[in-house]
Amino acid sequence: MPCTVSMTVNGKAVSREVEERTLLVTFLRDHLGMTGTHVGCDTSQCGACVVHVDGRSVKSCTILAAQANGASITTIEGLAAADGTLHPMQAAFREHHGLQCGFCTPGMVMSAIDLVKDNPTPTEQDVREGLEGNICRCTGYHNIVKAVLAGAEAMQGGSVKAAAE
Amino acid sequence: MYEFTYHRPTSLADAAAMLGRSEEAKLLGGGQTLLPTLKQRLARPSDLIDLGQIAELKGIREEGGGLMIGAFTRHAEVAHSDLVRRVIPSLADLAEGIGDRQVRNMGTLGGSICNADPSADYPSAVVALKATVKTDRREIAGDDFFTGMFETALEPGEIVTSVTFQKPDKAAYAKFRNPASRYAIVGVFVARFGSEVRVAVTGAGPSVFRATDMETALAGNISPDALNGIKVAADGLNADIHASAEYRAHLVTVMAKRAVVACG
Repeated sequence: MPCTVSMTVNGKAVSREVEERTLLVTFLRDHLGMTGTHVGCDTSQCGACVVHVDGRSVKSCTILAAQANGASITTIEGLAAADGTLHPMQAAFREHHGLQCGFCTPGMVMSAIDLVKDNPTPTEQDVREGLEGNICRCTGYHNIVKAVLAGAEAMQGGSVKAAAE
Repeated sequence: MYEFTYHRPTSLADAAAMLGRSEEAKLLGGGQTLLPTLKQRLARPSDLIDLGQIAELKGIREEGGGLMIGAFTRHAEVAHSDLVRRVIPSLADLAEGIGDRQVRNMGTLGGSICNADPSADYPSAVVALKATVKTDRREIAGDDFFTGMFETALEPGEIVTSVTFQKPDKAAYAKFRNPASRYAIVGVFVARFGSEVRVAVTGAGPSVFRATDMETALAGNISPDALNGIKVAADGLNADIHASAEYRAHLVTVMAKRAVVACG
């Protein structure tokens, strides 16, 4: 049976009639056409689909769109400023080349921002543990961790420093 | 996923009424086990009743010297609660170690214990911390709640509303986790209440159980050495690709010792 689902996505109110079994990630990608959020494993393990629901990082392949009814969602598309200026975490991923193929990147960035919210000055160990829910199939973790550390610092008000190498 | 009818009641009474209307209806907590189960078409409920909008099921407060935690309290809320950290820090530690950050942001206490996964973390705390599980119709002692693999004492249509944990003098949870899923291959919760020591083991058997020989040994001497030579029998323990029954039996003693050390 179809149901109406309404929520705020990246600051914009949206409403669609969807099947009740529709997952949030399907709602975002297929119904809203926002394909920045990726489907990797589709079994809540890889974290490519991480978005923020009311400020908390969740795996959008493991929540129904209906459960997010009335919620405020932020996806990777909602991070940059209107003029295109990247969010400090996005800028850090670019600067430190925190990606290889890039498929896991949207989820990595969304998880990293949530992690820094709880722990503004994480250690390398904090970052590695905090990203447990995100898998990089290229195994490019080293630069991802460097990027998150730099992004965390930049989110404290500094700008993203150029990579040393 | 097969189709279902989704409901989002705002009161416990409404949820209970909806649940009573169909034998094939299922309650939805955070959905971190149920939704993957549905996606694999391993279950086909007629109705999903989302408990997320019911205020009566939420919140953490002190009660009788212990902690009352609403069934729809998410793992991350328990892990980050200053109150839990102050009254029963071992419980916050346990919650912090469940799944990953995103799972903790969704998964709920009630969902975890009602699912009664043999490898879940919370059952060990429910048993070790002498908890009382409250439902919409009665109270169930933590010792009596888990009855088997994925089985509980709940009756059809019964809804868990909260769990009250008693405050121990000292307690700690030690887990040997599956590195991929972070479920407990073996987890041991040790709690001391005066001269009584409780040792609850999850992950090892079909359901959480108390290691009574260890409890007796620790009652007179709460030190890791008190557990030297004490092992649970491998007979009847879980065996899978991750660990044999013998290995799990070995891990129970190792994790119990680590928990005792962490009790300080």
